[in-house]
Amino acid sequence: MREAVAVKEKQTNKAHGIAMKVVIYVVCILLAILSIMPFWIMIVNSTRSTTEIQQHAISLLPSTYMMNNLSILLGKSFNPAIGFLNSGIISIFSTLCAVYFSTMTAYGLIVYDWKLKKPFFSFILAVMMIPAQVTMIGFYQMVYKIGMTNNLLMLILPAIASPSMVFFMRQYMYPALSMEIVQSARIDGAKEFRIFNEIALPIMKPAIATQAIFSFVSSWNNLFTPLVLLTDQDKYTMPIMVSLLRGDIYKTEYGSVYLGLTLTVLPLIIVYFVLSKYIIAGVALGSVKG
Amino acid sequence: MNKKKVRYAKYGYFFCIPFTVAFLIFSLYPIIYTAVIGFTDLKGLGMTDFHLLEDPLRNFKTILANPSFREAFGNTVVIWIANFIPQIALALLLTAWFTDRRSKIKGQGIFKVLFYMPNIITAASIAILFKALFEYPMSPMNDLFMSLGLIDEPFQFLMNKGIARAIVAFIQFWMWYGYTMVILISGVLGISPEIFEAAEVDGANKIQTFFLITLPNIKTILLFTLVTSLIGGLNMFDIPKLFLLGGPDNATLTTSVFIYNQAFSGSYMYNRAAAASMIMFVIICILSAFTFFLMRDKDDEKRAKRNFVAKPSKEGETAK
Repeated sequence: MREAVAVKEKQTNKAHGIAMKVVIYVVCILLAILSIMPFWIMIVNSTRSTTEIQQHAISLLPSTYMMNNLSILLGKSFNPAIGFLNSGIISIFSTLCAVYFSTMTAYGLIVYDWKLKKPFFSFILAVMMIPAQVTMIGFYQMVYKIGMTNNLLMLILPAIASPSMVFFMRQYMYPALSMEIVQSARIDGAKEFRIFNEIALPIMKPAIATQAIFSFVSSWNNLFTPLVLLTDQDKYTMPIMVSLLRGDIYKTEYGSVYLGLTLTVLPLIIVYFVLSKYIIAGVALGSVKG
Repeated sequence: MNKKKVRYAKYGYFFCIPFTVAFLIFSLYPIIYTAVIGFTDLKGLGMTDFHLLEDPLRNFKTILANPSFREAFGNTVVIWIANFIPQIALALLLTAWFTDRRSKIKGQGIFKVLFYMPNIITAASIAILFKALFEYPMSPMNDLFMSLGLIDEPFQFLMNKGIARAIVAFIQFWMWYGYTMVILISGVLGISPEIFEAAEVDGANKIQTFFLITLPNIKTILLFTLVTSLIGGLNMFDIPKLFLLGGPDNATLTTSVFIYNQAFSGSYMYNRAAAASMIMFVIICILSAFTFFLMRDKDDEKRAKRNFVAKPSKEGETAK
């Protein structure tokens, strides 16, 4: 009797477990569709003519008007080549600045004992959360006064001071870099700067790779600072180019707007899928560390 | 050893010089400059000269009394809450499902990749994409709702204040729940498996385990997520700026968009924008101070935990 009850309980438990699993998979698949659908509609509509879109705005199958849309798109102010070039220059150099100098600062915080070390680190923690937005008026006025608006350097150099990245690099370097290696390099007569470049930097490669991805992406996607500083069309970054698609000149050109968006989004999606493993791992790591 | 370190101390300063110089020029000076501008009469395109006001707090008073600023602040908070509550709820639910030790969910990798994807895409593009999706009269959403028979004729989604706000909140939710989920999962995976085993032995069911074991153990991470999301939410700019330019009728105007519009359009009120920025700055400082203490505690806690459970946790894994 008792056995029968136990078996029955097990069976209901099992049935319950399977039902639960079905619910989980259904929800997950729906969420996955929710992630993909807007981009899929965007890509498909970028190949369809405005008339087709007006008749039926949702279609799962592409049409043949992409080149047509492209010529309309490029015939106006939207210039993806310039956007890519400027965004590329800014993102690459600001990422290089950010990872190199953040690692350097973290090295200074870990390898050496100096009087102001603790206050300096506390200071970094304190300013980590301050967003660029709230200081923008002063930043703009300063840049305007020295005549450097429309100069990409003003979007690159601030990356040298990236407090949250210093914090991350320090947390990573703390267990990864042993003082014995530094000491033995010193005994071999290596200068401090060379020890950093040739021993510490290679050890930090995994952390640098992760941080480089996020730094690059956030710089690439940044709209606020470039929007404030750049007024010259030839200096526009990709997000500013995208904002042009909102303008009246594209008002009725649905296909072209979708194509413009696709040109900005598709490269990111492709890069994301190639690097997704590292990106997800990086997000998880970032949470544990900071 | 100590003697040697003392001799090398000056290099500590050398290595931190680039950071410090860049910080002074590009962050500290602009903060102080912004604060000063808040007390002056600086306005007008291309103007850089300014004079201190007779009533130094005038800009602050004007801003605090400005109905648009109040509305913008209200919108910012409302949109943030409407995005954060479903975001954290869904992230927690998915975390509970994905970390459940008894029912192993397959395909977690691809689900994580897909859920996180919107976060990496340029917000500017997403804002304009969603505008295109909800456009009147013909847009994918109108098409969808009409095909489903939910509406008979095209609906002006973007002219409705409530719907416009809801869409902005939805975009934020959609872009960030995957990120929050990945963070929470990594937090749960950091909990020692022993605790879960003990709960299992004691006969706790899944729901009890989640509320009594998992949640209390990721409390710090939850708080951290809350505070960073709040700071991010208070600075929400790209989506509201490009989705509907703060409209309709200021329904999606956030404080960042308000500050931008004050300073870089119309009559270029740098002084008022600076005052508004400083008000936001003070609010964010209070929130960061909170995180600062949070993380300091977390750091100590983590070190203690690592020393304590490092070995047993590994054994637990091989045993399973």
